[in-house]
Amino acid sequence: MSIKTVSRRGVLKSGAVAGAGLAVPTIFTASSAAAFTNEPTGSSVTLGFNVPQTGAYADEGADELRAYELAVEHLNGGGDGGMLNTFSSKVLNGSGILGKKVEYVTGDTQTKPDAARAAARSMIEKDGAVMITGGSSSGVAVAVQALCQEAGIIFMAGLTHSNDTTGKDKKANGFRHFFNSYMSGAALAPILAKNYGNDRKAYHLTADYNWGYTTEEAVRTSTEAMGWETVAAVKTPLAQTDFSSYVAPVLNSGADVLVLNHYGANMVNSLTSAVQFGLRAAEANGKNFEIVVPLYSRLMARGAGKNVAGIFGSTNWHWSLENVAGAKYAGTNAFVQSFGQKYGFPPSQAAHTVYCQTLLYADAVQRAGSFNPCAVAEALEGFEFDGLGNGPTLYRAEDHQCFKDVLVVRGKENPDNDFDLLEIVDVTPAAQVTYDASIFGGELGSCNPGA
Amino acid sequence: MDAIILQILNGLDKGSAYALIALGLTLIFGTLGVVNFAHGALFMLGAFCTVTLSRILTLSHEVVDPTRKDFLGNPLKVDVPYIYDIFGETTGAAIIDWAVPLSILFAIPVMIGIGVLMERGLIKHFYKRPHADQILVTFGLAIVLQEIIKYYFGANQIPAPAPQAFVGSLDFGAIFGMEPGAIIYPYWRIVYFCFAMVLIGAVFAFLQFTTFGMVVRAGMADRETVGLLGINIDRRFTIMFGIAAAVAGLAGVMYTPINSPNYHMGMDFLVISFVVVVVGGMGSLPGAVLAGFVLGVLESFASMRQVIELLPGVNQVVIYLAAIVILLTRPRGLLGRRGVMED
Repeated sequence: MSIKTVSRRGVLKSGAVAGAGLAVPTIFTASSAAAFTNEPTGSSVTLGFNVPQTGAYADEGADELRAYELAVEHLNGGGDGGMLNTFSSKVLNGSGILGKKVEYVTGDTQTKPDAARAAARSMIEKDGAVMITGGSSSGVAVAVQALCQEAGIIFMAGLTHSNDTTGKDKKANGFRHFFNSYMSGAALAPILAKNYGNDRKAYHLTADYNWGYTTEEAVRTSTEAMGWETVAAVKTPLAQTDFSSYVAPVLNSGADVLVLNHYGANMVNSLTSAVQFGLRAAEANGKNFEIVVPLYSRLMARGAGKNVAGIFGSTNWHWSLENVAGAKYAGTNAFVQSFGQKYGFPPSQAAHTVYCQTLLYADAVQRAGSFNPCAVAEALEGFEFDGLGNGPTLYRAEDHQCFKDVLVVRGKENPDNDFDLLEIVDVTPAAQVTYDASIFGGELGSCNPGA
Repeated sequence: MDAIILQILNGLDKGSAYALIALGLTLIFGTLGVVNFAHGALFMLGAFCTVTLSRILTLSHEVVDPTRKDFLGNPLKVDVPYIYDIFGETTGAAIIDWAVPLSILFAIPVMIGIGVLMERGLIKHFYKRPHADQILVTFGLAIVLQEIIKYYFGANQIPAPAPQAFVGSLDFGAIFGMEPGAIIYPYWRIVYFCFAMVLIGAVFAFLQFTTFGMVVRAGMADRETVGLLGINIDRRFTIMFGIAAAVAGLAGVMYTPINSPNYHMGMDFLVISFVVVVVGGMGSLPGAVLAGFVLGVLESFASMRQVIELLPGVNQVVIYLAAIVILLTRPRGLLGRRGVMED
């Protein structure tokens, strides 16, 4: 019989091994509990809606919030279901997302990148938002997208039109449903050529910031490719309110088309100045002088009143699309009915894009079976869907940009009311506005699940 | 040559807006010694007097038109202004069309009232406080006013077109024997310039040729002595504050067809107006008008494509560059007086 002596060192070693053995499942449990940032553990899940509630784009932000509220209502089984009834994916059944009731918090971007980041950070850190969405400016979208990438949160962009959002500044955690400057140029150019001919001289007035540059470049490239000449391109300060000194020399510049690469108040003011200076009624080079506004916003076009009449532009979506262009764009009428019944007026393109983004996120989570951002991103990448009002659409895996038909619109001569300002002239097929994902540079990087 | 004449016209037009706002600003500073950062908000309130009157004139009742459908497919409800019922459609439409000029009559009492209320209710408590306190309180007031407007009218711009009679442009080139279309200028901007000239002239005439104006000018020079003569100078200064508010408001009323008003338009003009006042000389009324036009013309020339190509970005800083040069060479501004804001 041998007696094994128990040494102090032996006890410590055995204890350490036993402790580690006991701890292993706990570590795994802990790991799975915090596998990604803000993993929902209760019976509800919180989404963060980051929209401009103050500042110049507050009306657009208010329309986005209305659409978000409607989307949440539909996801939780309320209302008439809206586009859930027409969406090609049928995994969402009105019981929230993965059985969890959808709740939301809101932030105010103020259309300032720093304020937007602060609001998003607060919703992520304090409110536990598992996804951030919204915004009405590319500067804000790029800033918030970068924050979400760092934080391990999915970002579903709102209204952002710059090529950079899914170009040089694209991120693996960020997704954009809205179209971009390149698509506007590619969609507009053939219509402009058809209506105004191939022998035109264009004068660009461009807002002096990122979106202005990418839009000018897109329109110039597309129009020059079909034979137009660019006479001049002048940068205008973003804070400019009176554009008379920029517009006045246009008529004597040799140009016969003025392209206003302006958005929001800039667009309203520059277009008003151009019409006041008689450009719409003028002739140059033996042709009627024409004005083009590459990106239209119905909400903001209201500010320009009758001045938009007859002026071409592009838009992501319009409430009359299904009635004008047919059942291919199913979902439009369902959304308009749902939104119109609740709020008394038709939704804007900003409202439409954020509603779609919310449904697309919820659907991706449902299909992935997880809120993990990497699983959601995988479900969204290369996802082809229909029934959300834009016809067949692809969420391209390479740059997280949606590809769908683009609308070319024209200001109505005799609108019936404030919502009836634009008429759809043409719907450009997605194939015609699709480009190589590498042309705008940038790297998606890898998905970040956070914690 | 055409381009130069065109930019001079543009400059005069821009300058008339700057001059009108700066005139009221310097009037308040000259009389009350108050640096009023809410003055831009008064310009904005004037513009919203137009919007308000337009809305009053277009107050409507709904008539269902079964032949047309709304966006939900229901029979369209057409708004018919009550004014059509009262005056008939033709006269009613003409009254609505002339809403902007009619707003002048509406804005004068409203803006004088707002000015007097502002002075009696808030500003008078800050007369003896440092300029920094005055700036803070008036700036705060400006933010409150614009947020109130945003709450009621929204953040987007609201169109307020000129009467049909003034839509279109005048061919200056043809008038002066140049090539047709060489220099065209919008009718309404010409109207705005003429209106500004009349208003500026009226303010100067009021101060120069009336007893009230004489007392105010005396008060501006030496408030205490005028008070010792038994004249209630405070009451006159309150009225001057109301007049300054009305001048800013009328500038806003007539500006609405040039740029559709929004809640922020006052702030857009505020900084530039202060530069105009400082360049013109603190407290100098002719200085404010002169500087308004000088800076307006300079800004227009700096916006020319040829100038921007030569000096990129100059269009964004020209006014401030000019201000630096003028203040370095004439520290009291173009027509500034010794002793103003130098204590």
